Amino acid sequence: MNLIAKPSKDNIKTYVPVGLSLVSLSILDVFVYAFFNFNLMGFLPSQLSYFLPLILGFIGFYLIRIEFSGVRSLDVLNKNINSNNFNALLTLFTIFIIIKSIPPMLDWFILEANFVGNSKDDCTGDGACWVFIKVWFNRFMYGLYPDAEQWRINTAFLILFAVVGVSFFVSEKLKKYFILFLVFVFPFLGIKLISGGSFGLEYVESAAWGGLSLTFIISAFAILFCFPIGVILALGRRSSLPAIKYISIGFIELWRGVPLITVLFMSAVMFPMFLPDGTFIDKLIRVLIAITLFEAAYMAEVVRGGLQALPKGQYEAAKSLGMGYWRMNALIILPQALKLVIPGIANTLLALVKDTPLIFVVGLMELAGMIGLAKTNPKWLGMAMEGYVFAGLVFWVICYAMSRYSQNLEKKLSTER
Amino acid sequence: MIFKKFNIENKKARDLIPQAITVLALLSVIIYFATNAQINMGNRGISFGFGFLNQEASFDITFSMIEYDGSHSYGRAFLVGLLNTILVSVIGIFFATIMGVVVGISRLSDNYLIAKVAEWYVEIFRNIPLILQIFFWYFAALRALPLPENGISFYDISFLTIKGWYVPKFIWTNFNIFLLSVIAAFIAIYFINSYATKQREQFGKQLPTTTISLATLIILPLITFLLLGVSLTFEYPVLKQLSPTVFTYAGGVSIIPELIALALALSMYTATFIAENVRAGILGVGKGQKEAAASIGLNKNQILKLVVMPQALRIIIPPTTNQYLNLTKNSSLAAAIAYPDIVLVFAGTALMQTGRAIEIISITMLTYLTLSISISIFMNWYNKKMAIKEK
Repeated sequence: MNLIAKPSKDNIKTYVPVGLSLVSLSILDVFVYAFFNFNLMGFLPSQLSYFLPLILGFIGFYLIRIEFSGVRSLDVLNKNINSNNFNALLTLFTIFIIIKSIPPMLDWFILEANFVGNSKDDCTGDGACWVFIKVWFNRFMYGLYPDAEQWRINTAFLILFAVVGVSFFVSEKLKKYFILFLVFVFPFLGIKLISGGSFGLEYVESAAWGGLSLTFIISAFAILFCFPIGVILALGRRSSLPAIKYISIGFIELWRGVPLITVLFMSAVMFPMFLPDGTFIDKLIRVLIAITLFEAAYMAEVVRGGLQALPKGQYEAAKSLGMGYWRMNALIILPQALKLVIPGIANTLLALVKDTPLIFVVGLMELAGMIGLAKTNPKWLGMAMEGYVFAGLVFWVICYAMSRYSQNLEKKLSTER
Repeated sequence: MIFKKFNIENKKARDLIPQAITVLALLSVIIYFATNAQINMGNRGISFGFGFLNQEASFDITFSMIEYDGSHSYGRAFLVGLLNTILVSVIGIFFATIMGVVVGISRLSDNYLIAKVAEWYVEIFRNIPLILQIFFWYFAALRALPLPENGISFYDISFLTIKGWYVPKFIWTNFNIFLLSVIAAFIAIYFINSYATKQREQFGKQLPTTTISLATLIILPLITFLLLGVSLTFEYPVLKQLSPTVFTYAGGVSIIPELIALALALSMYTATFIAENVRAGILGVGKGQKEAAASIGLNKNQILKLVVMPQALRIIIPPTTNQYLNLTKNSSLAAAIAYPDIVLVFAGTALMQTGRAIEIISITMLTYLTLSISISIFMNWYNKKMAIKEK
């Protein structure tokens, strides 16, 4: 049974060209069939021509699997995608599936898609109707905020980006003031600018806010408030005073044990019952409080992880310097503990951003909510796919950027121990 | 710093002040809320109480695992919602685990392509909000399915249509005997395994436990079919014409699209987190462990089964349980696509009808809380049991 010699260094001259051409042939066959709908091996019986690429590719990969061939590129190829029969099959399947899925995706996203026009009737192709996104883009970004006033949202975000941008270039000393401005002054300035009602700006009620800008506003405020509350809760949970400790534990576990959607339901229907008759708290503020408290509980657990990881010597050293509880925590403990848990903090903030679409429960509409509204518009029925793919892309870019940034931050701040 | 001013040397007294302030503040908030709630409920003419749970619910639920219609009570509706939540969570956990393990191992594959594909799967599905994924599957992908009359057929026994997935229904006779045989098989497997462990530890003998266990699991139930009168028939869904243009399937079981979309999105989303846990767990087992195992002559499978997995599982299981809990809580997003889970049925419809916001929201939150706390108690127990016992 030694018809074919085992692939080895001796027969490399014949086996490698044959193997490579077999693999290329199999990939070419799938490629041509997927892109041009032409079956190269159509002359064969249909069952055989269906599996032939797999068989050819498999034989090809077997032939080129030569250990220590001495050819560097071949060794790298074999090591990475062709280390044994099973891996060769996996490689072939993956390549085929990728090739097969490119043409339909390409068709839907670009080739058959419609980009120009103003109404659904302009969408004649089989692919995506990007006209839908184009026409509704303004709404997706700003919600029902009046068109004439949208410069206010733009200005607020421009100021934010400008201040953040400039703060990268100024000296360390000035940077402190920039950060103080961003944390303590800007949020309230920005919200005043967007809501209006004074300085000659027209008042825009929060029910009209929406779209992606609302996602940013809610995320920014929730992040701003949930962080200090989370730190305080974490310190409370580690406190030696029993009353404070158990109240903190109860608070944290209560929020962590329930889904956000029920918390939002609570803020919408149950919370008004707890206020004096006639008091009205804006929907947006109620939602903000709910999200902040909810995420603060998660933040507290992350921070607690950092606090627990610090060696006892740090506490003792701080105390021996005569520091009190608050100075010890602010100057010695927290800076180290927070640095340890940057990935956890980033994950919590990421979860917060991903949770913002849930505010549809109380009737506020950020990006996903606006798409839900647009797709039920009688003139634009059947546009769900375009809408959700667009929203998914937008959120993906934001969240992926955040996770990448946190990874970089972690690397930058990691100090050798 | 405030406390310095008091200059109280006695630590006990000094500790008392902040605690007393906190407790008092909390109490006053609670009392304030409670009084307001009492006044508000008085104004609306409702009194606090759970008596409404026995009243007739008079609304229908589209999907129920137990007998339910409008004439049943609110309590029964709550139960229907709870069971639906548990159903979708169990399905989600099952598939999320399988996919998570496969993707997690793939990320560590020495096949570059597979590792990259797995990595991008994680990066893509982890960074898109779950609610968007649910919307995508429900409003975009599943709506593209054909109408019942041209449903996608799987060998004519199962049909996938826009109205749901119709699968054959199992009709058992003497199901109880079958169930008992399965339980008996598991008990037998437990004893076989403990016997095998004893043999291994005392005499160093390796018994083929996996093969024996599988054989037991197959043979015992098979005997019930052959000897004890258990039988299983299928009721297949059949296309039925309701009116000239409206078709549906009769017979079989219909899996509603809400359930499919929700289970799909939940498992694909959670699988990314489980995959990361699995990867971290396997990476967390030191290289030295594998080398040591190889050097005493264990083969590749034995290394994986006896050395790597027991240690990796210790790292994998706690965060994965957390993910199961998250999945269960995330299943509450069902309300967004009208899958009748506990939030939609109880905190939605029942609340609108009765107006008993405080009672209903409290029950809903308590239900989830009970679930969470019981799982974390179990986890703490498990962690203690699994922790490395250092001597």
